[in-house]
Amino acid sequence: MPSITTPGGSSAGAPKSGSKLVSGRSRRGERLIQWILAAAALVSVATTLAIVVSLLAETVLFLREVPLTDFLFGTEWAPTFAEPTFGVLPLVAGTLLTTFLAILVAVPLGLAAAVYLSEYATPKVRKTLKPILELLAGIPTVVFGYFALTFVTPLILQDILGLDVQGFNALSAGLIMGFMVLPTIASLAEDAMSAVPHSLREGAYGLGSNRMQVATRVVFPAALSGIVAGVVLGVSRAVGETMIVLVAAGSIANLTGDPRDPVQTMTAFIASIAKGDAAVGSITYQTLFAVGMLLFLSTLIMNMISIRFVRKFRQAY
Amino acid sequence: MTTASQPVPATKPSLRSDGEPLGPRVFRGILQASIALSILVLATLLIDVVLDGGSKLSMDFLSSPASSSPANAGIEPAILGTLWLIGVATVFIVPLGVASAIYLEEYADPDKWYNRLIEVNIQNLAAVPSIVYGILGLAFLVRGPIELGATILAGGLTLGLLVLPVVIIAAREAIRSVPQAIRQGALALGATKWQTIARQVLPASIPGIATGVILALSRAIGETAPLIVVGAAVFVTSNPSGLDDKFTALPIQIFEWISRPQEEFQLLAAAGIIVLLVILIAMNSVAIFLRNRYQQKW
Repeated sequence: MPSITTPGGSSAGAPKSGSKLVSGRSRRGERLIQWILAAAALVSVATTLAIVVSLLAETVLFLREVPLTDFLFGTEWAPTFAEPTFGVLPLVAGTLLTTFLAILVAVPLGLAAAVYLSEYATPKVRKTLKPILELLAGIPTVVFGYFALTFVTPLILQDILGLDVQGFNALSAGLIMGFMVLPTIASLAEDAMSAVPHSLREGAYGLGSNRMQVATRVVFPAALSGIVAGVVLGVSRAVGETMIVLVAAGSIANLTGDPRDPVQTMTAFIASIAKGDAAVGSITYQTLFAVGMLLFLSTLIMNMISIRFVRKFRQAY
Repeated sequence: MTTASQPVPATKPSLRSDGEPLGPRVFRGILQASIALSILVLATLLIDVVLDGGSKLSMDFLSSPASSSPANAGIEPAILGTLWLIGVATVFIVPLGVASAIYLEEYADPDKWYNRLIEVNIQNLAAVPSIVYGILGLAFLVRGPIELGATILAGGLTLGLLVLPVVIIAAREAIRSVPQAIRQGALALGATKWQTIARQVLPASIPGIATGVILALSRAIGETAPLIVVGAAVFVTSNPSGLDDKFTALPIQIFEWISRPQEEFQLLAAAGIIVLLVILIAMNSVAIFLRNRYQQKW
């Protein structure tokens, strides 16, 4: 395809030249309209602020009761017990374990799909395959959870593979979460690879490279920042995913690295506490926000890294 | 580097050498197998759900409320609850999303720090975990300063906030794809900036915006986690009657059935999933239709 698109490139240019075209004459209300539109755009900033404020307020109250080091480095998580403990590490371990499994599935499959769509598929094949992969992204996560719990665990893991897994386990939740994350990685990576100029490919072909060499040694490295962006965003998605792990991974805060065991993730804990209707002001209610804060901060960092990398590849080409 | 200007074949597929050696052929096979595996998982999931839930689908199922006996349980309040939530979210996100997009595309100077802040902020919001929006809804809308309680209004607004970044990003793309010449033409004829936007740019970008809104709403329909946190009711036997009513929704009802150990309820969950997927497919078809029917080629 001759069309080399530069996503995002036009965004910087268009509005600027647009604003230069305005005549000095201003009709009544034009200014007002501009302020109203700006106010609407500020709602999204207000949303972020509201998220931070709502998390921070209760987290501060929580940290008055529980020292920060106990929270971050404690290895027992039992906030609803008569003698509660608030070590968040089991939830972090559960999150890392399911995320790791998801990435194990999503990165190779997602990148392979991206390379195929960008470097091998004819336009027609690409036009059929892309919507199918996007369909994966459109399946509600509670549906994936159902599939992991009622199909993958009993049929694939227990019967066919004969693994000694429990009814709720990190393995099936993590694997299926991988397929949920896959389209995110595939689509960002494919965008990046399609943005690599054709002159690079043609140069490599001219030197006698075959298509595999062009894909792996020219296009892949040239698109690396976009690929990294996709992978980081994929990790962020997996960390923030709730329903698959809530349905299929169980609800036992377990400090384990064994994927056959049930685990509880940060997100699943938040959902289960919220479902239990904890009284406002109770320490249980506050843990919901403290864990939420930890979740928000970790995904925020990953999102920022991803946004930075996307910008890098958009500038490059 | 300048080379002799031999006309290069225009398309890259034609550059393929036919006698591919083994390595590259295996590589290609691996790529194809990866895609095939993804599609296989998707197909298995869909078939599994249809096989599980197909027998439970009936008019009674669609028109009965929740029940503790699986034989009588139905999904009507959940379907209506979802419609109410989506209605609230639509009314909320369409004006707000379009206005934000117009501001960012037509008015904002991208070199100003505050406009860049808005932009990065929207990109980040699009990737904030959905359950965090639930916490926001719980703290601000249900309990905190606004105190709506666990109502349809609070749930719909929470879902609206969740998908607002998606709408803004889609609307910006639609507005950006209107060629600059259209704006210049209108301005040259003496239209003010707002007249140009309202009468030329916006009408031309409506199909793109509508597609984006529908896709955003179809994401909102499937969201479960934020509604759990906001406090969706799990056992609702009456249909919702207004904005201040308690609510359930399709994914919440599905989740509730999945969480029960009895096999019968699992099948009900599968039937609920079929209903949910049919709604999603219908919405996506409308979006694709709009995109193909009204997409302008400038």
